[in-house]
Formats: sequence, structure tokens, C-alpha cells
Amino acid sequence: MIYNSLKLIIVLLIFDWLATGCASVPKHDYSLYRSHMPRSILVLPPLNNSTDVNAPYIFLSTITRPLANRGYYVFPVGIIDDYMKDNGLPSAYEMHNVPLNKLCEVFAADAVLYVAIEDWGQKYIILSSSTVVNFHAKLVDLKSGELLWSGQQHAIESSGGQGLIGMAISATVEQIADTLTDRTYALSRRANHAMVFDKRNGLLPGYYELRRQTEMQSP
Amino acid sequence: MRTLTTIVLLIATLAGCTASKPLYYWGEYENLLYSGFVNPGEADPTTQVIKLTQDIQIAQDNGQRVPPGVHAHLGYMLYTQGNISAAIQSLQTEKALYPEASIFVDRMIDQLTK
Repeated sequence: MIYNSLKLIIVLLIFDWLATGCASVPKHDYSLYRSHMPRSILVLPPLNNSTDVNAPYIFLSTITRPLANRGYYVFPVGIIDDYMKDNGLPSAYEMHNVPLNKLCEVFAADAVLYVAIEDWGQKYIILSSSTVVNFHAKLVDLKSGELLWSGQQHAIESSGGQGLIGMAISATVEQIADTLTDRTYALSRRANHAMVFDKRNGLLPGYYELRRQTEMQSP
Repeated sequence: MRTLTTIVLLIATLAGCTASKPLYYWGEYENLLYSGFVNPGEADPTTQVIKLTQDIQIAQDNGQRVPPGVHAHLGYMLYTQGNISAAIQSLQTEKALYPEASIFVDRMIDQLTK
């Protein structure tokens, strides 16, 4: 927080849904989703096509909250990663190849979220920097194998200076600050929230959110 | 200050319709996951047990729900500390709050007590 107030820069946040505009995106077809409405979601460690080795873990530590806030039971992501590794699946690639019936048997989850990261990290261009998280996700019904939903995010946060002095200060401050702060964590959090809660193409409200709405109506 | 204003406005925009009382008290769970994955030295099991236990207490004091996974994760950390009975108790709480976890939690308890 101190770091934010130190900076003499403008921050531009460009989320997909802002850039493309909600109206132009075709609405997702929710019929299969509704007919296999999941209560619980198993999030597997993502495949990583970026150069940042931490990307899958930063993603994993920011996905539980939006999914649970939307009303789903989310299996504990830290335990799942350890459990799979302890049981002979050393990488996300092997984990993604586990047959659905096996996942169903071990976890008894209703649906599994497969995620692939395409781009991730902080990039420096002369006196400014940009932070990128780019991934896509598929929600698959564990019993039928049907694709229930898919989503993607390509979020970019750019920092550039205002005028030469401002630029020089901002570049210095950022280089110091960036060794202490991983901006992809905050950006990933926002991107996951935006994906899950997207008004047209997000996830449908799950059991625990619907239960809360019922409780609010009948106190 | 302009930066802060921009961020506040954007958060307000993103939050949008999610008004009213939040479904869960989140506390440190996701920060601990992050540290546990990326900087394990900052989140050893003892630290995690202390922080998660505090979070659960705060949630209870405020009449808020503990999110999915927190009791299970705490149970796992207790296990790595060698505190098996407390670990099992915490895992059982996860199951009681979230029956969706039953089969996996039972499987974990089986493995932890072998």
C-alpha cells in the first residue's frame, strides 16, 4: 500500500470485458451447465505455457475465493497439488491426463476445472512496465464428461511515467518495488474474479450462494 | 493519490453487484496458499496453523462462515506438525460444514492415520 502511494504514475487496467465491451460478446449457452449443475469444483494445477514457473501456483492461490464466493465448494487447492504429487503425478500434464472416472472416484467432485496459462509475468519496456496474466479455463462435468462452461482472461496492467522526471522516478521506484511485490498476484485475483462473475459469460450462482439468497429472503 | 483513486474506482466497478454481506470471512487463507507455494519459508506449518486458527476464531466471533477448504488445509498443516488428533478433528469439521468433501476427507484421514 505504501508502494502504491509512492508511485507517480498512471495505472491502466485493461480487462478483456472492458476492451471488447460486454454487448459484443455472445452469451454463453448454459443449458448443459444447468442440467448438470455442479455443487463442487476440483481445480487442477494449471498447464503452464508461459515462462514464469510460479504462474500455476499464483493462479491456484487466487481461484478459490471467486469460485467459493459464487457458491461452489472448492476442494483445497494446496492439498490437492500435494496429494497428486504424492500419488505419482509429478506435473500438471500428468494430472490433466487422469481419466475423469478416476478423479470422480478419488475426489467425488461434481466438476473439474482445467486451466491453461498462456502468458504471465512482468515485462519491462524502457521506463515502463506491464504485468500480464492470460489463461483459459474449462469446466467439465465429471460424470458425463460434458463441457459445462469455458472462460478466458487476458488482463494487462501497464505502468508508464508522466513526463520525463515522473518517468525516471517511476522507473526507479518500480524497480525497487517490484523485487518486493509480485504484481501478478493482485492481477490474477482481479482476473479470476472478473471471469467467474462476468455478467454474461461467468459461472452460474452455485448452491451456497443460492442458499444465502434464500436465507436473506426469509430471516 | 490519483493512482489510489483509479484503483478504488476500478474495484468499485468490478465489485458491482456483489453488495450486501459477504458469503465468507476469507482472512489469510489465500495469502498463505500463495506463500506456501512461492515462498515456503514465509509460511511454515506453525505459522499457517496460527493464522488459520485466528481466522476461524474471527469468523466465529463475527458470525461469518469459514470458506471451503480452510478447515481441511488447517488439518493438513496440523498433520505436518505431527498433531494427528487435532488434524483429524479439523478434517471432520470440513466434512461437517461441506458434505461435498466427505469422500476425499475420509480418504485423507485413512492415509494420515496409516
